[in-house]
Amino acid sequence: MAKATRVTNRIRALRFTHGEMTQAELADRIGVTRQTVIAIEQSRYSPSLEVAFLIARVFGVPLDEVFQYAEDEGEGR
Amino acid sequence: MSFDEKRAWIQAVVAVCGYGTYVAIVLARAGQTPLTEVHYVGTLLWTVGGAIVAGIVLHILSGMVLPGGTGKDQRDREINRFGEHVGQSFVVVGAVGALLMAMAELPYFWIANTLYLAFVLSAVLGSVAKIAAYRRGFQ
Repeated sequence: MAKATRVTNRIRALRFTHGEMTQAELADRIGVTRQTVIAIEQSRYSPSLEVAFLIARVFGVPLDEVFQYAEDEGEGR
Repeated sequence: MSFDEKRAWIQAVVAVCGYGTYVAIVLARAGQTPLTEVHYVGTLLWTVGGAIVAGIVLHILSGMVLPGGTGKDQRDREINRFGEHVGQSFVVVGAVGALLMAMAELPYFWIANTLYLAFVLSAVLGSVAKIAAYRRGFQ
């Protein structure tokens, strides 16, 4: 349940560069609660693919500019 | 704190308080009498009923008084499903235990109390699982 995710995100930085958008405003635009935006920002919750695309659309950037998947040494097996 | 997290806290506290009250009353009533001869049915029903009513009232009050709104989204639904799944396992364990006790023809007292404890554990541990998921993360 609380296993650390390797998915990181730049939502906080993107909010800042998009007119210092508040968490509440972003939550409103993607149809989730502010608590969920906070949890996503802090990598405590991995959103569904649909919510991830919605976040990317709000900022007008591709998905991989919002979310990144950390490289691992065991990758590619 | 999301509305569902508040609900999980309320459920855990109400379940513990309700069961604690029941155990305290039954043990106080027992004294030197064997537990199986103590009148427990009325107390059990009253504490279960009281816990249900207290839970409903506190849920309504928390929605009206505490900040944070009553919104619910996909994360809340996923965490709720996870918590219910954790809690459900204790109901199954309690039911199996009660079945075995019934087959062994143990006193009704132990069968009823095993089931009651299972329901309480289900509520408490299900709530704890939800709170942990909200606090520590849910992937």
